[in-house]
Amino acid sequence: MNQQKRSIIPDRAWQWLVLLASGSFLVLFFVPQAGGLASMGSLLWDALKSFPGFVADIIDYYKTVPGEQLWPSMLVGAVFGALSTAVVYLSGNTFNLARFTERTTLAVVFVGAFAGGIGTQILLYPAQHCTYASDIDGAQFRLGLLVTALSALILLAPLWALVRRRKSPHQTNTHLPGQYRSYTLPYLFLVPTLVFLGVFLYYPAIQITLVSLRRKIFPLPQEQFACLENYVSLTKDTVYRNSFSTTLFITFFVVLFSLSISLAIAVLASQNIKGASMYRTFLVWPYAISPVVTGVIFLSLFREGGVGLLNYGLDKTLGISPHWLTEKNLAPWVIVAAAVWNLLGFNILFYIAGLQNIPADLLEAASLDGAGRIRRFWRITFPLLSPFTFFLLITNITYSFYGIYGVVDTLTPEGGPRFGPGGESGATNVLIFKLYKDAFDTGAPAGLGSAQAVILFLMVATLTIVQFRFIERRVIYEG
Amino acid sequence: MGNQRTQYGIHIGLILVCLVVAFPALYALQVSTLTLEEAFAVPPKLFPPSTDFFNNIRGLFEGQNFDRLIVNTLTVSMVVVITKTAFAMLAGLAFVYFNFPGKWVLFFVVLLTLLMPTELILVPLSNLIADLEWVKDSPQLALTMPFMASAVGVFLFRQHFSNIPRELSEAAQLDGASPLQFLFSVLLPMSWNVIGAHAVIQFIAMWHQYAWPVFLGLSIEDQMIQVGVRQSVIVGTQTDFGLLMAAGVLASIPPLIFFGLLQKQFMSGFALTRDK
Repeated sequence: MNQQKRSIIPDRAWQWLVLLASGSFLVLFFVPQAGGLASMGSLLWDALKSFPGFVADIIDYYKTVPGEQLWPSMLVGAVFGALSTAVVYLSGNTFNLARFTERTTLAVVFVGAFAGGIGTQILLYPAQHCTYASDIDGAQFRLGLLVTALSALILLAPLWALVRRRKSPHQTNTHLPGQYRSYTLPYLFLVPTLVFLGVFLYYPAIQITLVSLRRKIFPLPQEQFACLENYVSLTKDTVYRNSFSTTLFITFFVVLFSLSISLAIAVLASQNIKGASMYRTFLVWPYAISPVVTGVIFLSLFREGGVGLLNYGLDKTLGISPHWLTEKNLAPWVIVAAAVWNLLGFNILFYIAGLQNIPADLLEAASLDGAGRIRRFWRITFPLLSPFTFFLLITNITYSFYGIYGVVDTLTPEGGPRFGPGGESGATNVLIFKLYKDAFDTGAPAGLGSAQAVILFLMVATLTIVQFRFIERRVIYEG
Repeated sequence: MGNQRTQYGIHIGLILVCLVVAFPALYALQVSTLTLEEAFAVPPKLFPPSTDFFNNIRGLFEGQNFDRLIVNTLTVSMVVVITKTAFAMLAGLAFVYFNFPGKWVLFFVVLLTLLMPTELILVPLSNLIADLEWVKDSPQLALTMPFMASAVGVFLFRQHFSNIPRELSEAAQLDGASPLQFLFSVLLPMSWNVIGAHAVIQFIAMWHQYAWPVFLGLSIEDQMIQVGVRQSVIVGTQTDFGLLMAAGVLASIPPLIFFGLLQKQFMSGFALTRDK
């Protein structure tokens, strides 16, 4: 259909039409919003103007901070930085302790110590070095050490990347053919992206980290610095722990089922048969259905009594009618089923795209060598699909952590059937659901909610980095 | 003979799979035609469709502002798709066709936002929007501005641009074309598939927005469609499942159309990005 369109309208004209239409659409949208845009402009201007004050605050703080809190934190960071950088530097291909005495090694270790020491201040300045105070309790002090290491990592990670890159000779940062020479234009092109990311992602992310260090009840303005109290109390909170395990449980099964089922379906739909493209079209469209609508459909399917289709069928055939959404062992499975169905279209789409890319001659050669269908799949198809599996793994985990909110909120608006000693835990009270409840309900502890958001971010970040390292290694190993 | 038998086997398997995958949606379509009484009938009315579909749709338009919600969501999603594409293409141009100090740091700054979904920072973000007084004055800015830049788009275009032969930009430079001229007359015509793929992802992501508009506390006529669907769950004491499913069906039609129109671009857009 698109081919026909292109033959009727000349390519160029069609392009200008699209550009003109989108341009005028934007103008029509933004012109009536001039007032709102102006207030954003003045906010940005105020932020710029407050920058000298911000720097002055930092200087003032470091003039008054007690030395017995500042120096130990720097020392911890420096030791951590020196040791870890040494390990990273020496373990290139093989771990070689003999090189430890070389002068470059010493220089690298020194830089590592320096970066680690300075890096600790990135997170410890906003935390006011409170975990190094003499009257702090043990739990907060230990958590403080973790924060110190994490903070040092912010500077150490780029340093490690640099150290590793220096050692491999074929990656240099020189001018490539076809690159423009300009030192102002690239920054200009990046300004829109960076400004929007800065204002609407980085700034709120910093805010939420700061709030997580405070004691605060949601609508009230009073707040108080609380060091890492919120984090420590979360680790002791049984409701939070239950939410944590519920999330891991749901995520594990959602990812397992959605990936395996969609891979099986995609393989079936990629067989060389007549009308395969028609089947593919039929299989990928659930992608366009939202989590909320999915929740609504499953709500109707899993209704209790004879009115719900599923229970009607089960009652007629097996004579059972489970309480799907009010039984604590069943409700999470309904969520899993809904989420898996919601993800199927997207996953099938990407797996089909991946399967189309696998060279047919490779499979043919293997088949001539006498490899059976199943062997060919596990030895050739599956490894070649690994970039797609990796991408889908990340998107599906992100969905199960955050996107699932629409499904949970529609199916179990109260967080699911109650359990636990006081009945405070909900069987589908996943972390993102609890986070919103804690953050927005009147009288909710806002500091605790923010601490939960920070932990959730760290969890997803860790998972992603671990997967990335793992996949990267495997791909290199195979390549 | 045996080969033909496996062919039939695959066909039967695929038809079954399609039916199972489509079943919840077909069921929703069926329920959306039922009246309130029929939706609570025992046994559940599975076939034939009843007569109440247009009645339910009319109920949504008249009683629940669905006309406003659809127009609003469509506007918001299109604005985000267009600006995101423009910003991401500019950023991709900077990352691929320039070499400048701080390139890797800035790229990492963009990369890190992949892990910072808006869902996590709703509280401070809504405070920021409150400071800007957008909720009352310009609700559409509150719904669009936080989503105008994203790492996904920057990655997609960076990847796509770096697969384009270097000779093209060398030739453009010899002809004296500025970077923007190069973008418009060389890169843009080669990027429509990627633009289409990116547009599908971003449009559907925007159309599915739920948590953010809920917590913004907008008045109902400024809301987005998913909030409208969720709010049809409780009408009085008993949920009118016919009406609710009609809402679900109605809310799924625009993304389906958008996806259907750009499906070919979508598939080939990703085909381009994967070979390195």
